[in-house]
Amino acid sequence: MKPRFRIERRLEVPSWMNWSIPAGAVAVALAAGAVLLSFLGVSPLAAYKAMVQGSLGDAWGISETIVKAIPLTLAGLAVGLAFTMVVWNIGAEGQIVMGALAAVAVVRYAFVDNSLVILSLMFLAACIAGGLWAGFAGFLKARWNVNETITTLMMNYIAILLADYFIYGPWRDPSSLGFPMTTPFPDAARLPVLGGTRVHVGIFLAIGLAILFRVLYRWTKWGFELRVIGNNPNAARYAGINDLKNVVLAMFLSGAVAGIAGMTEVAGLQGRLQPGFSGGYGFTAIIVAWLARLNPMATILVSFLLGALLVGGDTLQVVMRLPLASVQVLQGLILFCVLGAEFFRNYRIVFIRGGE
Amino acid sequence: MEILVPILSAAIRSGTPILYATLGEILTEKAGVLNLGLEGLMLLGAFSGFTVTMVTGNPWVGLAAAFCVGMAVSALHAFLCVTMGANQVVSGLAITMFGTGMSALLGKAYVGETIRGLGILPVPLLAKIPLLGPVLFNHDPLVYLSYVLVGLACWFISSTRWGLTLRAVGENPRAVDAAGLSVVRLRYAYTMVGGGLAALGGAYLSVVYTQMWVEMMTAGRGWIAVALVIFGIWNPLRAALGSYLFGGVGALQLRIQAAGTTIPAPLLLMLPYILTIVVLVGISVRKGKGILLGAPAALGQPFHREERD
Repeated sequence: MKPRFRIERRLEVPSWMNWSIPAGAVAVALAAGAVLLSFLGVSPLAAYKAMVQGSLGDAWGISETIVKAIPLTLAGLAVGLAFTMVVWNIGAEGQIVMGALAAVAVVRYAFVDNSLVILSLMFLAACIAGGLWAGFAGFLKARWNVNETITTLMMNYIAILLADYFIYGPWRDPSSLGFPMTTPFPDAARLPVLGGTRVHVGIFLAIGLAILFRVLYRWTKWGFELRVIGNNPNAARYAGINDLKNVVLAMFLSGAVAGIAGMTEVAGLQGRLQPGFSGGYGFTAIIVAWLARLNPMATILVSFLLGALLVGGDTLQVVMRLPLASVQVLQGLILFCVLGAEFFRNYRIVFIRGGE
Repeated sequence: MEILVPILSAAIRSGTPILYATLGEILTEKAGVLNLGLEGLMLLGAFSGFTVTMVTGNPWVGLAAAFCVGMAVSALHAFLCVTMGANQVVSGLAITMFGTGMSALLGKAYVGETIRGLGILPVPLLAKIPLLGPVLFNHDPLVYLSYVLVGLACWFISSTRWGLTLRAVGENPRAVDAAGLSVVRLRYAYTMVGGGLAALGGAYLSVVYTQMWVEMMTAGRGWIAVALVIFGIWNPLRAALGSYLFGGVGALQLRIQAAGTTIPAPLLLMLPYILTIVVLVGISVRKGKGILLGAPAALGQPFHREERD
């Protein structure tokens, strides 16, 4: 018997598919999550309802979603920049930590009692620290073709342990009654917040950088070069584009933007450094970048939605007593489905009628 | 020399979980599929091995269950990468995310439970050899199984007809297809066996090494295994040496801590991760000078039968 359908490569992707396919993938992932939840003896409808209500149901929930969307947007832009060149920066988590460490170091050793000055210094230090942390992996990749997936990942572990060293050791707050945390920042080193919420001005940084990235990709020669390197490294080399220099530069910028996320987290939200303060934003950012198809403006939207997922996960933990890991499972499922859905974007299935 | 014996023996034991994962990844990558999901597969293996051992009371059943779980989850990776042609790096990350989350979610109830896992079983006669005996032959059966697997993998890859096919499917899938063999089936098979071995490595941690279950207990060993494949230039024997080197560093760091040093623990814990980078840079620098590469040519590339390369 002949197969009743055949698979063809799409020559053109209809524009409605750009949003409908990721949306469909997320829907399938949520359905799979529902099956899993019912196996755990939890009503999936009640669980999803609690998640939506917790994250988007009232003004506080929405503000908390935005609080999580800020670092996700920044880190999503960061890894998206590297992914555009097909450089696998999996180390945003470590770069966030390094940015935060640098910001705390500035407050500790170079404090100036002027908000604008100290915040600018912290911002710069975070950029440099995150940038160097990623740039080092970029240099190894460019110079000796050292696998950047592994180096950036190993540097995550190193950065987190380095933070632990400072938090448990020399930077520990003597008045914290033995809790591992650094001394709280003075008011001048805190980012202003909006209204009565925890949303800090990092939101403007995130949106501003997204717009900047959009301009960079769309209208600058360098943005074009990055895409050529990503799409066809041989063509880039023939065209005289220095891919080695660009890899190092792109990784530095990628790390710098992730470092900013670290700085806004400590200066905007927590005002001090605690163990595990980033909580996996650097990894969730990979899903953000992939769902947004590396598009900077879409990154903002996707970050908001995944921020809602994280806040909803907190609600699940409180209301349904489900461990926070359930959110990680959902994230994994979403990523699976998005990857699988790419197939339907690239190919189409043509059904063959009986007579042919 | 006598001082070295306990350290070397500990190096073998703590290197064994990494070795299983590395061996699995070598088979997977030889077939042209990159599986970055080792960390998640190991965690799923550690969790399922532990719980099944607890329920059945038989560690061998637990280990077998872990192997099956690893096969099942890596079949998902194969489905996405081989059938759907998805990006292998991202799919591997998804496996790791899913595995980490799933093991923590289901394993929450089992933290703090204890099991009777596999014990030490000295090999008769061989264990009596001075120095070598206590280092190599005074372990649990899974360590011996790993010795056998390393030898078997070396022989299989380099000297059998099936091994030749395996290498071909990673180097030139089109040729395998032209010879009338199914690239898809071969890649599924090796991805699943590789995933099963990675999960077995994870189960070694919970069923044999620590005999307990802790969330995130693999602590990056899956990623170290990915690096060791490159370090071992896709050769099982070199991969084994690399695994024991890392096991040795882990064991040494525990000893330094136990001896009551003034070096803060976080700095000591960094050692294996720093070593991974150093080793990777070392091997890559040498590669740059034109010494053999070893990476399968079609690694990470989906195979589309009806399309030209």
